Amino acid sequence: MISFILNGDRKEVDANPDMPLLWLLRDELQMTGTKFGCGVASCGACTVHIDGVATRSCQTFVGDLDGAEVTTIEGVETPAAKAIQEAWVELQVPQCGYCQSGQIMSASALLTETPNPTDDDIDAAMDGNLCRCASYARIRSAIHRASEIMEA
Amino acid sequence: MLHNIQKRMPQVQATRRTFLKLSAGAMGGLLIGAAFPHRSVAQSAGAGDVLITPFVHVTPDNRVLVLSKHLDKGQGTATGLATLVADEMDAAAEQVDADFAPSNPELYANLAFGIQGTGGSTAMPNSWDQYRQAGATARAMLIGAAASEWGVSTDEISISKGVVLGAGNSATFGELATLASAQEPPAEVTLKTPEQWTFIGKSFPRVELPKKTQGSVGLFGIDKQTEDSLIAVTTRPPRFGATLASFDAAEALDMDGVQAVFEIPQGVAVVANNTWVAMQARDMLTLEWAEGSGEMRGTDALLEEFRALLDQPGNPTPSQGNAAAKLAEAEQVIEAEYVFPYLAHAPMEPLDMTVLYDGQAAEFWGGSQLQTVDHGTAASVLGLEMGQIAITTKWGGGSFGRRATGDSHLVAEAAMIGKAWLEAGNEARPIKLVYSREDDIKGGYYRPLTLHRVRAGLDADGNISGWEHRIVSQSIVSGTAFEQYLVKDGVDDTTVEGIHPSPYAIPDMALDVHHPQVGVPVLWWRSVGHTHTAYVMETMMDELATAAGRDPVEFRLAYLDGDPRTAGVLKLATDKAGATGADGTYRGIAVHKSFNSYVAEVADVRMRDDGTVKVEKVTCAVDCGVAINPDNIEAQVQGGLGYGLSAVLREEITMTDGEVDQFNYPDYTPLRISDMPEVEVHIVASTEAPTGIGEPGTPPIGPAVANAVFAATGQRIRELPMSKHGLA
Repeated sequence: MISFILNGDRKEVDANPDMPLLWLLRDELQMTGTKFGCGVASCGACTVHIDGVATRSCQTFVGDLDGAEVTTIEGVETPAAKAIQEAWVELQVPQCGYCQSGQIMSASALLTETPNPTDDDIDAAMDGNLCRCASYARIRSAIHRASEIMEA
Repeated sequence: MLHNIQKRMPQVQATRRTFLKLSAGAMGGLLIGAAFPHRSVAQSAGAGDVLITPFVHVTPDNRVLVLSKHLDKGQGTATGLATLVADEMDAAAEQVDADFAPSNPELYANLAFGIQGTGGSTAMPNSWDQYRQAGATARAMLIGAAASEWGVSTDEISISKGVVLGAGNSATFGELATLASAQEPPAEVTLKTPEQWTFIGKSFPRVELPKKTQGSVGLFGIDKQTEDSLIAVTTRPPRFGATLASFDAAEALDMDGVQAVFEIPQGVAVVANNTWVAMQARDMLTLEWAEGSGEMRGTDALLEEFRALLDQPGNPTPSQGNAAAKLAEAEQVIEAEYVFPYLAHAPMEPLDMTVLYDGQAAEFWGGSQLQTVDHGTAASVLGLEMGQIAITTKWGGGSFGRRATGDSHLVAEAAMIGKAWLEAGNEARPIKLVYSREDDIKGGYYRPLTLHRVRAGLDADGNISGWEHRIVSQSIVSGTAFEQYLVKDGVDDTTVEGIHPSPYAIPDMALDVHHPQVGVPVLWWRSVGHTHTAYVMETMMDELATAAGRDPVEFRLAYLDGDPRTAGVLKLATDKAGATGADGTYRGIAVHKSFNSYVAEVADVRMRDDGTVKVEKVTCAVDCGVAINPDNIEAQVQGGLGYGLSAVLREEITMTDGEVDQFNYPDYTPLRISDMPEVEVHIVASTEAPTGIGEPGTPPIGPAVANAVFAATGQRIRELPMSKHGLA
């Protein structure tokens, strides 16, 4: 039995410790907000926060979760995440939207750590999140916009 | 993609015959004799919804739900269609929502195709009148309902922001919906004039975006799951077309959570309780492939064969003037050979399709892009009538052409799995077929490997003197239902579009084509043939201008007298970009017409110390007729050029002895944010009917960047991607 915090609630799960967190969330807990994109930590679609750090859930294993605090797109409520979500709608960032759960989790972790990021900070934090629609120009603008929203 | 069908298919109304011809081809000669399903169109919407027209529902909580006949895979079509309806209805913006129409080609055909389907940047053009008429019809029926309810003349009734007003009364759409649905639809409606538009041209916010910032719960096909649903994965052959000799599933079947393993025509399917188990179990299968089966040629062998074809005459397209004679008397001749690799679409949502089949009926859920072909294929595989099958279209997590397959291979595979599951004596359950990223990258349906050879001459005055052009590329539509519409005299239109025809009036030009047979499945990839034809035309025009000592814009304009819209965007983009880019940048330009839209792009690039290219800024001008949603046009041009830039910089699929060398995003490497340029989009004000915008942003970026690389380095890049030359 693995015990961890998921979106603020304690979870006790009886699952294969070798299973990636991604599949525990999606297939066992029916939480589909976290997306499968590549399975090899190369696209960022599956990004969640573990103890506040943006982490690829496809390469995080259930057996390593004991005591961890996991936050997914369904439960993220930090001021940074709220500002990011607001800016994402204001600047109409998503196109197909499939990567955007991961983009938002990465961007909100960035803003929590670095409330006023430079373009280089954005490149460094967001380069692991692929967007095949190439909504990148708006992602960049919206991170800056979210930073303003947080300051206001 | 598919755009050229409209040239040869009935423009106005889909006919049964059209569809039957198409589906007959799609299913290898099987004819569907059954009538189309007359499913309740309300079925796709919530309980209690009132249907006012097949395109417009009003929900009990007073929302206007617009049914999109087109798949929205990111290009904004659902919002675009909702905008047209909402404008004519005078709805309030906040009450407008969209969902997908069920599969029913009698009601929901793409008027450019004659079947239900999305592609070729046709969604808005073919729906422009239809959805405005639907909105105006709904409006008239609501007014009629109010008139009878209040006992007043319809002349006394108006609608403002979703509220029906007249003779001191007021009512919401929701309150009048039931009465309105009983009204006789008007025989004719008068559409608004442009001055009356409230939403068209004003960047209506996308209806689904709040959901897409909160996990997109329930939107995508891959998220379709219930407590009792199962996951299926299927083995893929190591080489295209390789046949399975034998397999051993003992170890896989021993795994906890594995429900079944069975052979289907596509491979060996594993059905399990969850995706991780299914994928692991698939890895445990022992598979023996028939020796020597399938496509054995690697990229090198194909290139050698394709190059040999460049030396032989191909199937000609209608020529202009006498290219050979003019080349013989030319002052100088430039000869260039181009190589474009196979490309994967690699949409972020891997392919998936959920099936529930109980022997009597079947339902499918997924990002269906050619619903009618998928529907017919499902009927054929399952031996059911069309009316026994429902297809629920889900939002697509990208497609770029990948979900529009003429052979409906995904639905066929899901149907086979549903059938095998039931025939093994199991109880019907929803089974979701999922592709891994490796299945996707290695799975074919690529933009074809394509070679071009051009010989173009210049006379003493620096004018073009003869242009001979040859292309070697697999046909995309050969062997599919679309062949009859898109292949003429042995030439696949999707191979030559952008050159034949070209907006440039080149007086002496000859183009011929070879379509070699290769066992690699190929498909339309965002902007299709324009992905390579624009590159060749626009780098060649640049090269000729340079050789002639002429300004590249002036040189192009000299051949664009007959095409003021192409000339217009070229001038607008170069004006807006200013005389030069930022210090230390080099400039390249390109202009291209595709899907009846016109886009020019000016790329300013910087060379990094390591010799790689960074595209700093792209200034674009776009003419796509009436700009229904300027903000979305900007987004599609940003994204479209980003998609094109991604391919030009680093994407290629190669094969060694028939086996695909790449496996996943670590080695099939799309553009990341650090490579994305700043993009400025200028939209030409126009009263022309709207044309597409999903694809036209893609073609010009490659040649614009290549021309900038030439300006920076003196190097002409004729083999893509640019990473082959140390540029990325």
